[in-house]
Amino acid sequence: MIELHVNGEAHRLDVAPETPLLYVLRDDLKLNGAKFGCGMGQCGACTVLVDGRPVFSCLFPVSSVGARPVRTVESLGTVERPGPLQKAFIDHQAVQCGYCIAGMIMRAQALLETVAHPSEQQIREHMSPNLCRCGTHMRILAAIREVAAQGRLPGAGPQKVSA
Amino acid sequence: MKRSDAPIDQGRRAFLAGSGLMVSFALLGSWRAFAGQENTLGATILAPDLPGDLKIEPVLDAWIKIDARGVTVCSGKVELGTGVRTALWQVAADQLAMPLERFTFVTADTALTPDEGYTAGSHTMADGGTAIYHAAAQVRQMLLDAAAAKLGVPARELALHDGVIVAADGRQLTYEQAAEGVDLHQRAKPVSPDSDPSTFRYIGHAIPRVDIPAKVTGGAAYVQDMRLEGMLHARVVRPPDASAQLESVDTRAVEAMPGVVKVVRDGNYLAVLAEREWQAVQAMRALREAARWRSTRRYPGNDTIHAALKALPQRIYVTTREGNGPVRQSQHAAPDAAPAAPSPATLSVGFGKQYVIHGSIGPSCAVAVYRDGMLTVWTHTQGVFPLRAGLAEWLGLPKDKLRCIHVEGAGCYGHNGADDAAADAALLAFRTPGRPVRVQWMRDQEAAWEPLGPAMLTELEAFADEAGQLQAWRHALWSTPHNERIVNAGRLIPARLLARPVASAPSAPIPQPEGDADRNAVPLYRIPSVRVDMHFVTEMPFRTSAMRSLGGHINVVTIESAMDELAERFGQDPVAYRLRHLDDARAREVIQRAADRFGWNGGQALPDGHGVGFAFSQYKNLMGYCAIALEVKLDKQARSVQIVRAVAAVDCGQIVNPDGLRNQIEGGIVQSSSWTLYEQVLIGEGGVRSVDWSSYPILRFPQAPVAIDVQMIDRPGHAFLGAAEIAQGPTAAALVNAIKRITGHRPLHLPLARQDSPLFA
Repeated sequence: MIELHVNGEAHRLDVAPETPLLYVLRDDLKLNGAKFGCGMGQCGACTVLVDGRPVFSCLFPVSSVGARPVRTVESLGTVERPGPLQKAFIDHQAVQCGYCIAGMIMRAQALLETVAHPSEQQIREHMSPNLCRCGTHMRILAAIREVAAQGRLPGAGPQKVSA
Repeated sequence: MKRSDAPIDQGRRAFLAGSGLMVSFALLGSWRAFAGQENTLGATILAPDLPGDLKIEPVLDAWIKIDARGVTVCSGKVELGTGVRTALWQVAADQLAMPLERFTFVTADTALTPDEGYTAGSHTMADGGTAIYHAAAQVRQMLLDAAAAKLGVPARELALHDGVIVAADGRQLTYEQAAEGVDLHQRAKPVSPDSDPSTFRYIGHAIPRVDIPAKVTGGAAYVQDMRLEGMLHARVVRPPDASAQLESVDTRAVEAMPGVVKVVRDGNYLAVLAEREWQAVQAMRALREAARWRSTRRYPGNDTIHAALKALPQRIYVTTREGNGPVRQSQHAAPDAAPAAPSPATLSVGFGKQYVIHGSIGPSCAVAVYRDGMLTVWTHTQGVFPLRAGLAEWLGLPKDKLRCIHVEGAGCYGHNGADDAAADAALLAFRTPGRPVRVQWMRDQEAAWEPLGPAMLTELEAFADEAGQLQAWRHALWSTPHNERIVNAGRLIPARLLARPVASAPSAPIPQPEGDADRNAVPLYRIPSVRVDMHFVTEMPFRTSAMRSLGGHINVVTIESAMDELAERFGQDPVAYRLRHLDDARAREVIQRAADRFGWNGGQALPDGHGVGFAFSQYKNLMGYCAIALEVKLDKQARSVQIVRAVAAVDCGQIVNPDGLRNQIEGGIVQSSSWTLYEQVLIGEGGVRSVDWSSYPILRFPQAPVAIDVQMIDRPGHAFLGAAEIAQGPTAAALVNAIKRITGHRPLHLPLARQDSPLFA
């Protein structure tokens, strides 16, 4: 059994230890946010936060997570109460097909929790691991910029403490 | 409001239509059709006199149903990530005078919706949107007439308000009440009641897309997110290349792996089904290791593919336009003697393009279940009806025992692995009755097995008089097919791999004026004599099919390069030179708007390494107009090319959702710049070698343009023209033109800016 802390909840799961975190999130916890894109850490569609840092969940063995908290896009808000980045992505309509977007939001979240007012170049370099094929880059950048202008985003807070 | 269904100017339409008898070969776009004929998207025309896709489904209640549950509007088109679901819904809402949230909107399901063929070619608003626009207006009028009879007042005294019909005396009827006794099962009329655009609350407004909130919060939004009770996870093992034969495979060890339910082996077809997804992935890897293949052919490489295209078996399709009249197309088995050139060419230019991939971020996926004799497939295909026909033929099922339901996947940009993955799921579910099966392709499978965007070669000769006025134009191009859609079971890869394979139907190009590899090869410019020779290569070294803009991407690069070179030759500004050869007022307006907004000035002073480029095309010469001006920065040391700013001016007829249109144009510019600057499939003796994002790099954030400005010209009352593919050609051509201005040399091979590009030497 593996104990996993996801979006503020503890889970005990009967999964093979080498299973990539992505499959546990999607199949065992039935979370849709993290997506399978390449399975090789080259596209970022599977990006989630482990202890506040963006990771490629398609490569990250679930057994390596340990007690560190995992956060997915589901932790940031809901349709009724979207979080700041989710709201900015909606306001900017920063989606075409949207398949990459949950990963985009999580990678941006990691930046905005650690850097207040990142520069344009910092944002672009930070987002570089994540691919968008529809060409929605201009809007994704605009949405991130808007939230960045409001100052640093609060982290997960208590989750980190409990870890 | 009177409204034209023709996506081209009335005068020109009449002119082209009147010339129909002179056409020597099928020369029919979506705007003109005969009963019984198939349109370019695979649907059969039943009523040529009706607007839009009412031509292929003329009965009103196929589109709009009203019963006790309320109002339901159905579309055979699908959401591919371009926002059309919302846009179509907007059209229905205004024409029915109902708020969006007050009625149900259903898309592409073979059991529920009209058969509109494929969602492709920027046709969705032009054909599907037009059908809903008219069907809804006609149903609205029928409801008003019925309410008038029920209330005993003239229809003109009734008002429509939020789905309720209100009489002057305050009495009300809901649509459901008004519809009682009304038979919507009747043929639509060619002419619809007028609508007043000033009353539109949705059409022309930037309505937020209905699908976005779920997509940014982790809601179930894609076929990949489906989890059915008892669902098995399947993975396929594909041959190392299309020619490879399975010599041997010992499946026993794989069958003994944890969770494995079964291994399917049939000819060259291999798959594994497991209880859990990660178990299926591990079993797939083991199965791949266990399989022994023998390849039976060698493939051309990136250096030899263009020579190979010239040498392979081909048919020639010749399109001519004389005296700026109608285009005519004819087919030849072999090259005929080209008519004598009027004089030595003023300019010769040609381009080579490599194979490209659609490269959906989410590899193809499908879910299927075979239960009680009924096979149901959930798929992100572009065409549920053609897919159903192909699967029915393959599996020997009657069509009514097969249901294909569209569920979104990642953006596809054309014919990717969607249909093949659906065939995988259908086959595996058919052979595992009672349990749903989810098939998810891996990245390398998508990259190696999706139909590629064709490698192409163009050669152009332009002839101008001494004043620079164009007189003649000879454009030749070589390409494999751009339209290998599912017209038979053999177009599905799994059907070719079984021990009893099904052969693919013979290839046929989409005829002019829409065109195939020769899409947009006929310039819109005024030229007395135009001839385009399409060398349609029928033996494909690599399977190719539709990818956004088809041959339009490289043809517009070729045409617009020639226009720039000619302008330079005659000492003229490139924008002025284009305008000098254009009569179409809408074409002239987008060019002027882009130039004005950009501050176009041929002699403008720019920083070192910067250059500007301009390009224009009207998509297929009959859909959306797009002109692009951009400034590019070439940094040799950093080995980078970046768009500093781009201005696009577009005219897509009546705009349904301005923000949706802007999103599509921005996306088109970014996507096309990625194709044009970086993308090529690596090919070699063993076949496709680039099977990940490292060997097939695409644009990443640091390379994205600094700024894009989209200028939209709205045409209320005019036909919807479509948007998703119109920026691909002009963006590429403007990039090539800008690089010529920076370096003094015109790059003639795409992609332009890979790390080993001579551009950085």
